[in-house]
Amino acid sequence: MGSYIPNTENEQSQMLSEIGFQSMEELFGHIPDEVKVKDGLNIPEGMSELEVRKSMQKIAGKNRVFETIFRGAGAYRHFIPSIVKSVISKENLLTAYTPYQAEISQGILQSIFEYQTMICDLTGMDTSNASVYDGATAAAEGIAMCKERKRKKAMISATVLPYVLETVKTYCFGNGMELVVIPEKDGVTDVEFLKENIDKETACVYIQHPNYYGNLEDAENIGNIVHEAGAKYIMGVNPISLGVLKTPREYGADVAVGDGQPLGLSIAFGGPYLGFMACVEGMTRKLPGRIVGQTVDHNGKTGYVLTLQAREQHIRREKASSNVCSNQALCALAVSVYMAAMGNEGLANAAIQSTSKAHYLAAELEKIGFAVENKTDFFHEFVTKSETPAETALKALEEQGILGGYPLDDHRILWCCTEVNSKEEMDAVVRILKEV
Amino acid sequence: MLVFEKSRPGRGCSMLPACDVEIVLPKEKDKRELALHMPELSENELSRHYTELAKKSHGVNDGFYPLGSCTMKYNPKINEDMAALPGFTEVHPLQPAHTVQGCMEVMKETEEYLCEITGMDHMTFQPAAGAHGEFTGLLLIKAYHESRGDKKRTKIIVPDSAHGTNPASAVMAGYSVVSIPSGEDGCVDLEKLRAVAGDDIAGLMLTNPNTVGLFDKNILEITNIVHGCGGLCYYDGANLNAVMGTVRPGDMGFDVIHLNLHKTFSTPHGGGGPGSGPVGCKECLTEFLPSVLVEGEETLSFVKSEHSIGEMKSFYGNFLVVVRALTYLKTLGREGIPKASQNAVLNANYMMNKLKDLYTMAYDEVCMHEFVMSLSDLKKKTGVSAMDIAKGLLDNGIHPPTMYFPLIVDEALMVEPTETESRETLDEAIQVFRNLYEMAEKEAESLHAAPVTTPVTRLDEVGAARHPVLRYQFS
Repeated sequence: MGSYIPNTENEQSQMLSEIGFQSMEELFGHIPDEVKVKDGLNIPEGMSELEVRKSMQKIAGKNRVFETIFRGAGAYRHFIPSIVKSVISKENLLTAYTPYQAEISQGILQSIFEYQTMICDLTGMDTSNASVYDGATAAAEGIAMCKERKRKKAMISATVLPYVLETVKTYCFGNGMELVVIPEKDGVTDVEFLKENIDKETACVYIQHPNYYGNLEDAENIGNIVHEAGAKYIMGVNPISLGVLKTPREYGADVAVGDGQPLGLSIAFGGPYLGFMACVEGMTRKLPGRIVGQTVDHNGKTGYVLTLQAREQHIRREKASSNVCSNQALCALAVSVYMAAMGNEGLANAAIQSTSKAHYLAAELEKIGFAVENKTDFFHEFVTKSETPAETALKALEEQGILGGYPLDDHRILWCCTEVNSKEEMDAVVRILKEV
Repeated sequence: MLVFEKSRPGRGCSMLPACDVEIVLPKEKDKRELALHMPELSENELSRHYTELAKKSHGVNDGFYPLGSCTMKYNPKINEDMAALPGFTEVHPLQPAHTVQGCMEVMKETEEYLCEITGMDHMTFQPAAGAHGEFTGLLLIKAYHESRGDKKRTKIIVPDSAHGTNPASAVMAGYSVVSIPSGEDGCVDLEKLRAVAGDDIAGLMLTNPNTVGLFDKNILEITNIVHGCGGLCYYDGANLNAVMGTVRPGDMGFDVIHLNLHKTFSTPHGGGGPGSGPVGCKECLTEFLPSVLVEGEETLSFVKSEHSIGEMKSFYGNFLVVVRALTYLKTLGREGIPKASQNAVLNANYMMNKLKDLYTMAYDEVCMHEFVMSLSDLKKKTGVSAMDIAKGLLDNGIHPPTMYFPLIVDEALMVEPTETESRETLDEAIQVFRNLYEMAEKEAESLHAAPVTTPVTRLDEVGAARHPVLRYQFS
């Protein structure tokens, strides 16, 4: 059995007797017998570190790691600089709790302040929080922060990631907001439907850009429609795309959210990732979760603290703007280090290479009978439709060590390219599919 | 100095090769015009920047961290190694089932361990943190009542000693909160509970041991009262580290629970997350669980219930945190898990007993894994507050206990040593606490000024909130 308890049995007995107990049983003697576990826990015996390592490695070995991936749909394999792992492995940062004691947490607090600044810069917005759980919860929290006494209806486009839509539905089941799904038309949000159904009770409209199918939405136009109705405009964005695409601010958004995973986090079977949230200045006090602010100490020295806590659960309890307590701080740190290491040029380059490669693969697939469905401009994801069943095509790729796109139905596949996919790999996909 | 202030135009790191296909740019109308202002630094400068930030931070690895309610136990190194295996980190969440059998096994095996430890029937790993788990659990309760056509249950009972997340989660789930005052012994006042238990009650949220560190002996009666009025019982697992192997929430009458893997199961908290807040429930709620459950023996597969409340977030939760927790569970096993809890309780009682002649304990009884002291007498006598003592601890290399919580104790300090601290560490901390008490009596002024050895002294929090500076402004 492994153990991380330093005190020996002997020391434990001494400590017990010093405080007046004969045994552990006596120390727990005040707990009523009728609720006590009688015959111990029915779980396996503990193991040495060597055995645990072997056991976990064996489990990991049952997963298949694909050398080449063309699948996105909410989880994106991008290049991760080595310095990211180096920084997030530093134990003073890794093993700390939320920075409640500012005087010994200046490093963590400053890193969050830098993260907030970078997210604002990336999205063009004024204020960022310190992160929430992921892109889907950021979307749900973004919608909740727009709720007003006379505006309790939220509208969301059907072209968002399925997990985002489902999560938003769940949160609305909780908080009682009415949710209207704007249908898809030709792969993008049905703007006519939006125009006809937005009203004085609409609190906000949420769209994703680029959307689930990789398409660019008519984002500026939608923003105008939303604002004319007096509602708030929320955009869910892929942060990598912002290296080259217009920011939510430039499209007129009031709130920008998204999943930060593409910025330096591994795909990791779905988590941990992080949700970023940023907004225009007037909405700052509605943001959920932690926010770090700059201030001074008693000697006038610059320092950082958790601030605007009057929004939060530990102060406001049932009147809080959200229940968020733990967030994804270490992931936010990873994102900061990623953006700093990539720099302005690196971020633009990752975006341009991702979209360029997607366009190359789309054109090559088109040549062999995988018709590209996207009717509008797309970023780094696109949909093909083929006579070849999706399952057959993807199986052929899998046999050659390639994880192909995500099957949307029997004949449609959602593909994704990032800067890590080489021309050679894309040509291999085309070669294999030609044979199918 | 901020990373942006260290930036010099033209510096940077070289990360990507040239593009090997024709460049495609978006149309002008969709092209970014706003300039980016990411820092421009060489890798060496960047690396040193973060090393400097790390030096100005304090983790469990740096020293004693008795932060009550947060279970800051040691984070084993093997957990990190296992969570970094490419077989886990490089797996796409939407891969075909036959290529992710290992990930499913992690979820299934962890579920089996944790259900046995807590007395639950099933568990979801989708919730990303404790508060997210609370919200999930309350939605299960809501779905349960609605499925029975029982729509009059609009209230959740929460004791006034509860964590702030409890009432906040209840509101997110669409409930109003009935706060019940605790009895003089810090436990649930049965009469007050009976008075509010009616057919408008959806459920009760409770921790046991409670937030003052005491085991509520009336627990069976409490859960009976709630069940008697048709409500369900929710267990906030924040304090599970006290009772593993001794009692199980499922045997105390709880129907649904959340755990904090980043507290009880040794995964690091990362300066504020990621955590993991799995939710377990009894059979009567299983059909409403969010996300997927893993089923099968030889070949594993994901199944989703038709009556599921849906998704709480993307994919299957903070998976790598679950990998760490499973590593820990396998290490400790049948004997180690109860021993961890026993020693957590022993260490807390040891500290409490060696301090109670000086410091006033809020409740002078056998405590569980943590205890709460009230410094209100000391403050009256000397002017030194719980905050001052906390800041004095900082000058002694000790992370302070949780301050001013629970709200029902004046000038509260909540101390949770955990089982992974040695007797010497406890003895040293006891001595520091005693020295600070003496200092409070003799030189209160110096405690008002503490800390003095930290990178900054006390910060102006009021100013920070009044004139918020929430980002660096580029000139």
